[in-house]
Amino acid sequence: MTRKRKNDGAALNSPLIRRPIKHCFALFLLPTFAAFCIGFLYPFAKGIFLSFCKFKLTKDWTWVGFSNYVKAFQDNSFAHAFWYTALFAVVSLLLINILAFAVAYALTRGIRGTNLFRTVFFMPNLIGGIVLGYIWSMIFDGILSRYGTSILLNSTYGFWGLIILMCWQQIGYMMIIYIAGLQAVSEDMLEAAKIDGASGWKSLWHITIPNMMPSFTICTFLTLTNSFKLFDQNLALTNGRPFIQSGGETIKTTEMLALNIVNAFYANNTNRGVGQAKAVIFFILVAAIGLIQLRATRSREVQQ
Amino acid sequence: MKSTLSGEKRTKRALTIVFAVIAVVYVLPIVIVLMNSFKANSYVNTETFALPNAASFVGVDNYVKGMTFGNYPFWKSALFSLFITLTSSALILICTSMAAWYISRVGSLFSKIVYYLCVFSMVVPFQMVMFTLSKTADVLKLNTPWTIPVIYLGFGAGLAVFMFTGFVKGLPLEIEEAAAIDGCGPIRTYFSVVFPMLRPTMISVGVLEIMWVWNDYLLPYLVLDRTKYMTIPIHIQYLKGSYGTVDLGATMALIMLSIVPVIVFYLTCQKYIIKGVAAGAVKG
Repeated sequence: MTRKRKNDGAALNSPLIRRPIKHCFALFLLPTFAAFCIGFLYPFAKGIFLSFCKFKLTKDWTWVGFSNYVKAFQDNSFAHAFWYTALFAVVSLLLINILAFAVAYALTRGIRGTNLFRTVFFMPNLIGGIVLGYIWSMIFDGILSRYGTSILLNSTYGFWGLIILMCWQQIGYMMIIYIAGLQAVSEDMLEAAKIDGASGWKSLWHITIPNMMPSFTICTFLTLTNSFKLFDQNLALTNGRPFIQSGGETIKTTEMLALNIVNAFYANNTNRGVGQAKAVIFFILVAAIGLIQLRATRSREVQQ
Repeated sequence: MKSTLSGEKRTKRALTIVFAVIAVVYVLPIVIVLMNSFKANSYVNTETFALPNAASFVGVDNYVKGMTFGNYPFWKSALFSLFITLTSSALILICTSMAAWYISRVGSLFSKIVYYLCVFSMVVPFQMVMFTLSKTADVLKLNTPWTIPVIYLGFGAGLAVFMFTGFVKGLPLEIEEAAAIDGCGPIRTYFSVVFPMLRPTMISVGVLEIMWVWNDYLLPYLVLDRTKYMTIPIHIQYLKGSYGTVDLGATMALIMLSIVPVIVFYLTCQKYIIKGVAAGAVKG
């Protein structure tokens, strides 16, 4: 007993805590790890495996190698969904970030009612995607029905409708991050610039913006991944409509990647392997964006 | 000097007016939903932006009708949503914070592997695992509202473990050592010393999980047995999706009912929500 205590005293740092906790593995780490295996690890591994199989249910699979991937890449609807999503991502990225930054900049000028405005702009972010989709589909159809059309009949309306919806939902969120960034820019530097005679625009461009690059990185990646993973809003607003026929295939003109994958799974009952292969491709795409982001955040931490 | 000052004041006043207008436009969609929830079905599409008038006003009919609309009582969906959100978030908070403490204090190879797998899971989109996950849930009988929190814990562990571990690493070791010297076992050290210190991160993670689970559509849609159990997003999607002629008035009433709790929650915990979301964005 006394010897043990002495040993602990010699290396006081963490063994005092480490060893007792280690004995409580079953209580501390096991529940999360077990649930993590059920809810993520096993389904993920099995998903990778099944993407190389032809299957209807997870039990009755036959190995087919890369043919699911070949089919996925040859699928015109998948390619269409990819380019549509990419275009959507770029447009929403630019619009959301420019507007959110402008709002954040104006709201840090000390104008009256700032808190109220912030509260209002952030609010749509809490409403779920399905509900948001139906709110806006009612509004768009309320306008478009006067001209004898609907958001479900024209893919251009569908695209811009979804852009408006996403701006409404996300500007408040990005605004919060930009406000935090703007408040971190040193007042001294701005004052020094003012004394040196820099105009408002000049100090915005040469001091404020370069000093809040971290906020821009975060918001850029957030809007990018949000667009790529977008599902609920897409399902609720247009669900891919209008459909067009092209070379014997039905192309859902406003269908994005996530929705395309879900449809590939649940509309095609003979071989879900193609859907799973699409999901793996989708995962690699999203993970690549996420890892670049992680890198960008990490390297910045080192700089600071 | 004086003129530039008043000029600045004038710009500020103009900005306030501009933002007031934008703010009104911003809440307009919700006001329109509220207006339409009191209109008869046939008026929703034709007179979307008009106030309810004598011809279109139906009182609370839509709300009454909406309650039993679609062969499934709405209050049941709402209760399931509430139950799943609260239990899942509580389970995630307790289990992942304990796991994060274990990971950062033990630092064994296994715990490091678990940590990096958690970080990895954050970049995996749900579509990647959705089919195999729903089948696994079926096999393990995790497909009811009483057991689905386990699935949420498993799929949502990544972000929570990541955020908690980041915070625990910054906690001073001396406090826990003092507790250990005073005779606290790890369980008591955790619950009476570490747990209270985790409060700020608990709030951030809690807000993120509550918002995720409450609004989530695809996971419960695929995992739960839809004939027996629905949540609010599933219910609303079901109404719109499966009816050729939707009763728009009743749908608007249900949308209103599903937004109101969110807005009340937001207005009461606004400070924490904005902080929590910002923290989650910066870290996640």
